[in-house]
Amino acid sequence: MLALQGDVREHARMVAASGGIPCEIRTPADLEDIDALIIPGGESTAIGRLATLYGLVDPLRKRISDGLPTLGTCAGMILLASEVTGGDQPLLGALDMVVERNAFGRQNESFECDLAVDGWEDAFRAVFIRAPVVDRTGPDIEVLASHNGRPVLVRKDHVMACAFHPELTGDHRVHRMLIDLVA
Amino acid sequence: MEQGTKAETTGTLRVKRGLAEMLKGGVIMDVVNAEQASIAEESGAVAVMALERVPADIRAHGGVARMADPSKVDEIMEAVSIPVMAKARIGHFVEAQVLQSLGVDYIDESEVLTPADSHHHIDKWAFTTPFVCGARNLGEALRRIAEGAAMIRTKGEPGTGNVVEAVTHMRRMNREIAQAAAAGDDQLMALARDTGAPVELLREVAGSGSLPVVNFAAGGIATPSDAAMMMQLGCDGIFVGSGIFKSGDPAVRARAIVEATTFYRDPQIVAKVSRNLGEAMVGIEIDDIPAGQRMQERGW
Repeated sequence: MLALQGDVREHARMVAASGGIPCEIRTPADLEDIDALIIPGGESTAIGRLATLYGLVDPLRKRISDGLPTLGTCAGMILLASEVTGGDQPLLGALDMVVERNAFGRQNESFECDLAVDGWEDAFRAVFIRAPVVDRTGPDIEVLASHNGRPVLVRKDHVMACAFHPELTGDHRVHRMLIDLVA
Repeated sequence: MEQGTKAETTGTLRVKRGLAEMLKGGVIMDVVNAEQASIAEESGAVAVMALERVPADIRAHGGVARMADPSKVDEIMEAVSIPVMAKARIGHFVEAQVLQSLGVDYIDESEVLTPADSHHHIDKWAFTTPFVCGARNLGEALRRIAEGAAMIRTKGEPGTGNVVEAVTHMRRMNREIAQAAAAGDDQLMALARDTGAPVELLREVAGSGSLPVVNFAAGGIATPSDAAMMMQLGCDGIFVGSGIFKSGDPAVRARAIVEATTFYRDPQIVAKVSRNLGEAMVGIEIDDIPAGQRMQERGW
């Protein structure tokens, strides 16, 4: 997990429960020995600023484009995008899509709901906290789940992003998808 | 709680506690206007706390300290994209209703302001907006959580630039959590009686070995080393009140405290960011504060 800021501990628990070995990444050197990457929930402006300052942006871009299986949740989804609506912050651009921050409103509008995901029999309990949504996607982006017609779980090859927080539930299916990509 | 079969549910325990989880490893900064809020955001703050006066000024000026003017809160909410918190007086449920109606992201029921009720805290379950509350020990933290708080912070001693009380409160919290975890089932009721903690929550802490919500450090943090020390003591993140905007160069100090909070285990980075920060806020020795003026003793 990228551990500059955010809910790293929750992701670590999910990774361990899904058969992975969690470790924390704060410097470019930490990127060398990992098989997959999670960019957690948090504040995307704070994470992006620290990633830039500590020289992580280019190494992250390179590892991801070289095929490192990657999952971004909430702030992580924003950082993986190629553009943020009305914003100017450092992005990794791993997914060709435009993301809108705080798209549902402020904390009072944060919510949880049962979300239907393509190919899954049971709904996923999705927790949206000051969450982003995807405004526009490039042609290669596969949309696996939407909320009111707007994509909230997307994937392109080995890179996945969701607007909600699978790490706050006991449901391991999203993390399982990431770990399956490692094999 | 607000569970149900409805398609979308707001204000659930998971949603309230979840926002605090997202702030972990970050710094929340006290600001009194839009300009300070923007400096905080650009410096990497994960949230700002909107208030009328920082604790050091409240301490200096005396008088009754209240919720900030709603136009101030609005101004700050418009200035930044990160979460905005605001303070209500202890027990002042109408100030909290007003802050909820303004749409703030978190309400701090805070001892920094003059308490409005000398016996009761706000019933925080009645709100969609989540609450953070201060605590000096496990019993106090669990009472606040039982009232609906979704995040806890140490009280420390606000407005002093002196970290000693925050350290005391964090160490006490850690010690009491370890005691609860080591206690047998047959000892929990006595421990609940002695600490004033609700026994069901105490049982939960004993089982998990941690608080059920995020716990930040607050009250006297003024330097990058202060922040890193609180993180090494096991805090989840940092509130800085007067420490930033009462210092010589707020933007530089704000950035330094953010970096020290992320790289809290790396003394070389803490050393690097501590260089040439300009003047720190003038601190106050705790023993020099007259009895009755210690903010940490407010709250019940």
